Amino acid sequence: MQLIFEKGAPGRHGVEVARSDVPTSINLAPALLRPRPPALPELSELDVVRHFTALSRRNYGVDTNLYPLGSCTMKYNPKVSERIAAYPGFADLHPLLPQLRMGGSLTQGALQVLYDMDVMLREITGMAAFTMQPMAGAHGELTGIMIMAAYHRDRDNRKTTVLIPDSAHGTNPASAAIAGYQVKTVPSGADGCMDLARLREMLTDEVAGLMMTCPNTLGLFERDVQRIGEAIHSVDGLVYYDGANLNAIVGKARPGDMGFDIVHLNLHKSFATPHGGGGPGAGPVGVVGKLAEFLPISVVVKRDDGTFALEYNRPKSIGYVAPFYGNFGIVLRAYVYLLMLGRNGLARVAENAVINANYLMARLRDLYPPAVDRTCMHECVLTAENQARDHGIRAIDIAKGLIDRGFHPPTVYFPLTVHEAMMIEPTETEAKEALDEFVAAMRDIAAQAAADPAALHAAPVTTPVGRLDETRAARDLNLACAPLCDCG
Amino acid sequence: MPFIASTDEQRREMLRAIGLSLDDLFADIPAGCRCTGLNLPDGLSEQEVRQRLTEVAGRNSVDLTLFLGGGFYDHFVPAAVQAITSRGEFYTAYTPYQPEVSQGTLQAIYEYQSMICRLTDLEVANASLYDGGTAIYEAMMMAMRVTQRSRVVVDDSVNPIYRVMLESYTRNLHLDLITTPNRGGHVNRDAVAAALAEPTAAVIVQDPNFFGCAEDFAELAKGVHAQGALLIVSCYPLALGILKSPGAMGADIAVGEGQSLGIPLSFGGPYLGFMAARREHLRKMPGRIVGETVDGQGRRGYVLTLQAREQHIKRERATSNICTNEALCALTAAAYLDLLGPDGLRQTAQLCADKASYAYQRLTAIPGVRPHFRAKWFFNEFVLDLPRDAADVVGDLIHRGFAAGFPLSRYYPDMENCLLLAVTEKRTKQEIGMLAEALEAVLCN
Repeated sequence: MQLIFEKGAPGRHGVEVARSDVPTSINLAPALLRPRPPALPELSELDVVRHFTALSRRNYGVDTNLYPLGSCTMKYNPKVSERIAAYPGFADLHPLLPQLRMGGSLTQGALQVLYDMDVMLREITGMAAFTMQPMAGAHGELTGIMIMAAYHRDRDNRKTTVLIPDSAHGTNPASAAIAGYQVKTVPSGADGCMDLARLREMLTDEVAGLMMTCPNTLGLFERDVQRIGEAIHSVDGLVYYDGANLNAIVGKARPGDMGFDIVHLNLHKSFATPHGGGGPGAGPVGVVGKLAEFLPISVVVKRDDGTFALEYNRPKSIGYVAPFYGNFGIVLRAYVYLLMLGRNGLARVAENAVINANYLMARLRDLYPPAVDRTCMHECVLTAENQARDHGIRAIDIAKGLIDRGFHPPTVYFPLTVHEAMMIEPTETEAKEALDEFVAAMRDIAAQAAADPAALHAAPVTTPVGRLDETRAARDLNLACAPLCDCG
Repeated sequence: MPFIASTDEQRREMLRAIGLSLDDLFADIPAGCRCTGLNLPDGLSEQEVRQRLTEVAGRNSVDLTLFLGGGFYDHFVPAAVQAITSRGEFYTAYTPYQPEVSQGTLQAIYEYQSMICRLTDLEVANASLYDGGTAIYEAMMMAMRVTQRSRVVVDDSVNPIYRVMLESYTRNLHLDLITTPNRGGHVNRDAVAAALAEPTAAVIVQDPNFFGCAEDFAELAKGVHAQGALLIVSCYPLALGILKSPGAMGADIAVGEGQSLGIPLSFGGPYLGFMAARREHLRKMPGRIVGETVDGQGRRGYVLTLQAREQHIKRERATSNICTNEALCALTAAAYLDLLGPDGLRQTAQLCADKASYAYQRLTAIPGVRPHFRAKWFFNEFVLDLPRDAADVVGDLIHRGFAAGFPLSRYYPDMENCLLLAVTEKRTKQEIGMLAEALEAVLCN
């Protein structure tokens, strides 16, 4: 398909800019101006709409079909959340208004959304206080580790190291490192959980804390979670909960009751806000009481008269991780979702998510053995080891075979600790029929792997492009369609 | 239950196929951490939640006439922008890990990267960062990787909201963050030159700066480069419809807040951090990058590339921890720029500048109201000296229906009577006139 730069005609306009009702009298010296406007495409509105409609048809979303991308929780994104986020009372609200004299009274609705979310997320996680500032999960991780560092600085602790299990998402070690810590990796045991004995061997006074995903990336609940927390606390370390997999336990168990000190949540996973093709997300961070004073500036408080205010006087705070209150539009969407599910709906989320994942595992395990032979939580990690060994069909080939059968593939080759991993997370918004269709596709692929492996190596054949040459992309590096700079 | 698909009967069927009970599936959770029910309200229907949120939204004052900017602007957004970004195929997808079913997102990001390069006159751009503030932070970290130096100079005419973010992010890191005081609303060249006497990774400036003043950094860039440092320019992308680009000034990295490109104010986010750089620094750049390639039949396609920089490969040695970024906001910006085209962007920027000039003339004609800086080159924002505390004046004007600007004393304590005013293409001559009358009236009282 053509690039947008290859379409259109000189002089064509998509939007008529409003006529000016003031004189032209520019307050800019000629040397401050560019010689000509940027070389953007020249298109009609219809050209632009057709271009993006064509692009959208080359894309696959949750609205298309089952999207079992493990650890990403690709559940349905309610349309009503989009509608409400577009209400002018929210979409047109300037973030600096609360900083004006009496400005808090101008934004009571928005502050209430932030406050109510804080209260609900405390209840869901068992934490004492939240910030909505982090703009994605990894941003929440960084915020959480900055809080960890502030705690240790406040106590004059000399801490250098953050422990992270080998099955963790790559964001965990990256976040700890950019916050200034060394990272040490804790191995998993044969049961897929953290090796408690090895963890105890690694414990020193230099350990600032541990980052943990629970259920972990194998979809398994860390059965020793309480003892792990006690071990870390014994050296005055803090235990960090990566909320990527909260969907498995929401309403069933709370990180605060398990002994965690800091939690981040991915609203775009657990609470149904859209993933947007790679964002925007939101990664609120919650902490136990002793860490509340380190949360970012500002926090929303409720006054005795029932009105809401922003509190800026927080001398021990880590400061600002976002310019204002985080991705408010995303927090608002998650708020709508939580209001609609309520107490009973939320408990049902985890149940159906876990039933769905175990059902897929039960129906596929004879062909694709699980990485660990246990019941799973909200996602299961199966392997393509049989197909790789017997027919030279790897996880990536199965992924491409699924595309030809109308499905988005699961996460493949993660966690890194499992060979030929396929991490499958159906989510609770999928009905049994959708799962049965997925099972049928996976079984069909296993049959084709034996009968006609070459066909699977050639997959996908139903898409606008086949497998793309990633080596060439990284070697030739065509990263922009840019005319030569004419600026000297 | 809303959004939960399987029926009770289907749950039973699935549990039979699994061969276990529901309790068995949750048996790994230790008894001590089970939760028997959350203290949350009962769920609401769609009708109820829309009624409630309509009422909540009504407690936000969006009927004020906005002359408030500070890096976040009330620009006009064509209806087609939201029609495009509302397509479920875009907004319900995730990061394009499977390129064959993600060509829509991937090509759109490639086109977005291309447009950011064309706006900034730099050679490479990434797929987006969270916002304008984290983009400056990421650029600063990138410059330290490029130069292997740990000292950074930032002028205090850079948005103070972002400068406090830099202070927070660098608190645990081994680096020196030096702030130079502006001189008359412009970068203080002597202070920067003095700061550059020691090995420095980067100098960070903004154009137009927080006070709205536009500046040519070409000479500054030469001085920065002579000391082996990089020049980072934070810019206002809509202004690049008429303003000299960071690339043309010699910037090594351009970053900024993309909210002005079709993204609603939305009380602070989601917004769009953009970043472009000279090609030689590409491998030190953070974030996702899309590249063009071909499939086995030679058909053109797009993939995420240079992933060896990223956290899911490099883990603690990655260039950044970023994973989820702001892809849908990048799509928004691309659609906005396509709809405006070169002339539309130029005209919109010109309109902002013209209306700001008109407002400047009207307001400085009021007795006691004077321009704060002698330097007169500004884009769509300027600083006025008022005869009394600007925060009080703004408070008075709210009662007359105006968010009349941002009082600067919050971030610049010696600028107590200074008001920062922004004028976009949406403000009419009549609104500007009414603001002038209202300001004159409150100053007389």
